[in-house]
Amino acid sequence: MIDQTHPVVQFAGVSKTFGDVKAVNNISFDIRRGEFFSILGPSGCGKTTTLRLLAGFEEPDEDGGEVRLLGEVVNNKRPYERQIGMVFQSYALFPHLSVERNVGFGLEQRNTPKGEIATRVRKALGMVRLAPDTFIRRMPAQLSGGQRQRVALARALVLNPAILLLDEPLGAVDLKVRKEMQLELKALNKQLGMTFVYVTHDQEEALTMSDRIAVMNNGLVAQLGTPAEIYEDPRTAFVAEFIGESNFFGGRTVRRVDGQLELVLSRGDCIRVPDSPTIRQGQDVRIAVRPEWMDVCRPAEVPSGENALPGEIRDVIYLGETMHVMVTLRDGNEVKVALRNEGQLIKPLPWKRGDTAVVAWLPEDCQILEEA
Amino acid sequence: MIFLVAFFLVPLLIMFAYSAMPRGEYGGVERGFTLESYQRFFVPIYLTILVRTFVVSMACTVICLVLGYPVAYAITRSGRWKNLLLFLVVLPFWTSFLVRTFAMIFLMRDTGLINTWLLKLGVINEPLTILYTPFSVMVGLVYGFLPFMILPIYASLEKLDNSLLEAAEVLGARPAARFRQVTLPLSLPGVVAGCLLVFIPALGSFLTSDLLGGAKELMIGNLVQNQFAAARNWPFGSAASFILMALVLAAVIIYLRMRDTAPAGT
Repeated sequence: MIDQTHPVVQFAGVSKTFGDVKAVNNISFDIRRGEFFSILGPSGCGKTTTLRLLAGFEEPDEDGGEVRLLGEVVNNKRPYERQIGMVFQSYALFPHLSVERNVGFGLEQRNTPKGEIATRVRKALGMVRLAPDTFIRRMPAQLSGGQRQRVALARALVLNPAILLLDEPLGAVDLKVRKEMQLELKALNKQLGMTFVYVTHDQEEALTMSDRIAVMNNGLVAQLGTPAEIYEDPRTAFVAEFIGESNFFGGRTVRRVDGQLELVLSRGDCIRVPDSPTIRQGQDVRIAVRPEWMDVCRPAEVPSGENALPGEIRDVIYLGETMHVMVTLRDGNEVKVALRNEGQLIKPLPWKRGDTAVVAWLPEDCQILEEA
Repeated sequence: MIFLVAFFLVPLLIMFAYSAMPRGEYGGVERGFTLESYQRFFVPIYLTILVRTFVVSMACTVICLVLGYPVAYAITRSGRWKNLLLFLVVLPFWTSFLVRTFAMIFLMRDTGLINTWLLKLGVINEPLTILYTPFSVMVGLVYGFLPFMILPIYASLEKLDNSLLEAAEVLGARPAARFRQVTLPLSLPGVVAGCLLVFIPALGSFLTSDLLGGAKELMIGNLVQNQFAAARNWPFGSAASFILMALVLAAVIIYLRMRDTAPAGT
């Protein structure tokens, strides 16, 4: 029944304008069958509009490209004509219906026989790990936040949709339940083979669960890739800053040495970065370096071949798993270095505020950013 | 609390006392205790008035509901016109009900606007008798009470979480099914509030049937008013209003019982 030759979802040059705001600006991407696809971005980046275009609550602009679902253009199809399930951030459980009627709502719309509804509702509740006998008679008001979200999930899953849309479903539940649900959602995605499209502003959540992530900013897809690609190979300053933390440096390329590019920073310090064919000599470039890829050492102990910038320790922050060392460089810029905590009681860091030190890192850990 | 005692409870007790005392010759009451006024009520003529009052009020409530619900629904969906439309709903309150009822007379009488226009347009050859009929009374009542139906329904529709409607739609509910299964049940509190706000004052109304009905078919409100004013029978007027109050109270209690015991969601 389901067409196997097409991607489950295709956005082809889709735009959506509200008033004079381009909420979604000419975006194109495919979502593959069965994958856990996240749309990640800050509020106002267009991620929710993208999801709503997919659900059918919004229609693309007049000449705003095509949204295809299972190969079929669905631009003007109402939500009830699409084979989708959706979980809302606010749960959106019908407050006047019991858990059983909530979960069975979609089946009732399809005139499913009563007996079959009962069986499928119980099965769906089982899938989201709610004991049917305990919960079936309860009203939404009698459930905790986590339980409500499970019911909402069961209500979508019971219809066995081709695609499940999740709009920040874990935004309103507490941290412990959230972690638990993250892993369960990921497991359900694999177990059911159902395509999940997950919208979130929480980068950690996206990294934890996704097969692929589309990072959105200002109505555009800033970068699309696996969690590792997004984190380890951010293309723009926005992505480098929004996902994880980054230290940024700006400089001008002066020459190519041993397959590396040499960069002069503002105060005349030199660093090396991996060579890239697109970069000319004398070009201004920005690079990002992750705090955990940097190290702090004494001036004399810099490993050869590493970039080294001298500075002064401004602060050492104890975070448990890691230590953050804040270093003020000579040009006044501040750099954050994350070191693994090896036990401050046994092997304390030899740094304290005011010490002079060198921040060092390997040239290949520099990420050259495109001009955004 | 003090306010409630001073302006509600005390007058109520005074009236109750009056209803159980012999009538004074020129109005007022005399000392003593008698249930005569209550007994007097239970004769066919007064019972007819009581039944008529209930039927008219019920009909008025139903008509207000049928007219008011779509209006309230339209206002919630009217976007930037919302405030203007709400303002228009409330606008009649700026003028006294009495003045507005007189205006209705000018509209509906034989030489009134409606008849003049219909004659001019050639739709009719001689004026229709609209005024001083049960119809004109009903028009007056509905006109007067419609805002009290619209506003609470609007409030409950406005509160309705849009994501519930979207959830219903994504679950496959077409517009009609969505309205029946989600919008309507969730706006029921507003419907109930609106019905009570229309039904109860309609039971006690006397102005409309007096002015627009030509005092031909009395409502219980007219009876009470007459007993206090023209007939100078305060005890009987008090008794009549207490009987009405008892019936309203009984109706509301029965309704609330039914609502609380009915399984939710049906």
